[in-house]
Amino acid sequence: MPGRARGSVKRAAAAANPTAGEPPEVLIDYYRRMALIREFETRAGEMYTKAKIGGYCHLNLGEEATVVGLMAALRPTDYLFTNYRDHGYALCRGMEPGPVMAELFGRVDGVSGGRGGSMHLFDVKRRMLGGYGIVGGQLPPATGAALALTLQGEAGPDADAVMCQMGDGTTNIGAFHESLNLAAIWHLPIVYVVINNGLGMATTVEHAAGEPELYKRGCSYRIPGERADGNDVIAVREAATAMLQRARTERKPGLLETMSVRLRGHSVVDPARYRSREETAELRSRDPLPAFREQLIGAGVLDAEAAHAIDSAVERTVADAVAFADASPEPAPDELFSYAYATEVPNTPRAMPGDPVLPVGWDD
Amino acid sequence: MAEITYRQALHDALREEMTLDPSVILLGEEIGIFEGSYKITAGLLAEFGPERVRDTPIAEEGFVGAAVGAAMLGMRPVVEIMTINFSLLAIDQIVNHAAKIYGMFGGQTAVPMVIRTPGGGGQQLAATHSQNLEVWYAHVPGLKVVAPATPRDAKAMLTAAIRDDDPVIVLENLALYNTKGEVPDGEQVATIGRAQVIKPGTDITVVGYSRSAVIALDVAARFESEGVSVEVVDLASLRPLDRETICRSVSKTGRAVVLEDDWLTYGIGAEVAASIAEGAFDYLDAPVRRVAAAEIPLPYAKSLERIALPDADVLVRVINEVLDATRFTRGESR
Repeated sequence: MPGRARGSVKRAAAAANPTAGEPPEVLIDYYRRMALIREFETRAGEMYTKAKIGGYCHLNLGEEATVVGLMAALRPTDYLFTNYRDHGYALCRGMEPGPVMAELFGRVDGVSGGRGGSMHLFDVKRRMLGGYGIVGGQLPPATGAALALTLQGEAGPDADAVMCQMGDGTTNIGAFHESLNLAAIWHLPIVYVVINNGLGMATTVEHAAGEPELYKRGCSYRIPGERADGNDVIAVREAATAMLQRARTERKPGLLETMSVRLRGHSVVDPARYRSREETAELRSRDPLPAFREQLIGAGVLDAEAAHAIDSAVERTVADAVAFADASPEPAPDELFSYAYATEVPNTPRAMPGDPVLPVGWDD
Repeated sequence: MAEITYRQALHDALREEMTLDPSVILLGEEIGIFEGSYKITAGLLAEFGPERVRDTPIAEEGFVGAAVGAAMLGMRPVVEIMTINFSLLAIDQIVNHAAKIYGMFGGQTAVPMVIRTPGGGGQQLAATHSQNLEVWYAHVPGLKVVAPATPRDAKAMLTAAIRDDDPVIVLENLALYNTKGEVPDGEQVATIGRAQVIKPGTDITVVGYSRSAVIALDVAARFESEGVSVEVVDLASLRPLDRETICRSVSKTGRAVVLEDDWLTYGIGAEVAASIAEGAFDYLDAPVRRVAAAEIPLPYAKSLERIALPDADVLVRVINEVLDATRFTRGESR
């Protein structure tokens, strides 16, 4: 990417073979997860063009290694907050592809009953506390979740922590700075992760950020920052694990920046015309999925046949998810007010458009 | 039954709920060492410690949002925003997050948090520190907004707000903090979502909330001696809004005036008047009148501030206009 600020990028120890020492089944699992995200996002894009999915739809294409690496560092008992580019995170958190796709379709079997859609995936049992559609909106709540953890338990290797994911553009919003400051002064167990794909929609990081090496932006709050190669699943996992460990044991927040590429436009409807043909070709050459496949085949972890078998399996999984979503009914009209309030109170509005303010005969 | 101030009532509610429930925590600027800009939290830091009474930096979006997240993990944060004017710095967290999270995620997590904040002008604090922005929040589904008028209600409503599983904005009022009233001994929990007839009457309905309900009560007493029976409806809850209690009152009196501290256009009174027009049209003998603040950024100068804000004298005048327009003969209550 031309003009992109390049600082030191932390790579896994054995740069020549970053997968060395990793159990093959772990690497194969990472590949399977990356392939699942790729297939899910590709099909989601298709379903959008078929108008099965409405609204905005942002894909993790190109970020598969980052997503899988980050989620591999997180324990099931940790809490995750993300932005609206959240499908891959949801899948890696263990949310079933069918209900995730059904949520994108706006159906009753969606993870939130079709109320949130693509940008707002949520699963309280898996401690996926939300995709958030407002840039920066997830940061203060994630910070507050970390505050709650300090009130509910002691620091230590078994303590829970919070991961809060965001895009590069988010580091310019006030909520980023207020949140990091609170995390620093209150010693909160939280790791903020900036997915730097070089672009906020079409605005480059250099155009938008006074300090374009974003991992350095925690220095105002004495929050240690690190940059990792977002195309290297192991490097991402290791960097995130170390920061999470500090968060658990020392209650020290961290700021991790991962460098990756966005293979498509900002959202499904963005053709990314602001990129030249050469740039697009260059981005394709940095696609993490084929690179990881080649790496594993080169290391003898996978052969082409096994890789193909995984690809076919995730294709079936996602095809099933699409079928599940398509078969799921739309929410019934009488469900409109089902979640108006958690605590019911008198006079909660139930009027439909055009209804009188009081029922006919209220004064009988 | 003890006579205490509105300020003390709020303090007592906080203290009692913190004593009962360890998940209740306080967050806000200057609420600990300084004991609150308006001293509502006096003594609570000493009693409950800095983990539960947490002084925050000046970062409304940050600490209001932090309360949202803490609430999602089962805490019951009570946030003090020094005045409602500063709540605008947190409006994304209030409107886009606190109000949305329960419904948007299909009821998977509640957000049991309270935002306490005083509104009100009349203290010569000039335009940026004198606003009544309650309608901004009362407009938003997912929030609950209560506006107590008396010490008794302040305590009962704050208690209800803390126990409620939804985000509740408790609108306090600078002009009411020092007012006194009887507060029953023992636990009192208000019902959010209900208006109350705080003085029955037969000739005209005055609708108010917070400070304006107190003024209405005073004006009603004045009219009583002139043979005019004023019924005062205290909205108490701005969201949900209890339209039936309002319309029931108007169905009895046939006349209505709304007294509100906010601006006229699109204000609380606009909603009340529209509700009466639609719900109780057949009972009305005259158009609903609204007495609201002049629509101007409130000037500092006392002479201008005084005339820009609604007060008892203006309410008296407008009540008389409505009575005269309907040829009401004083002393002949229906």
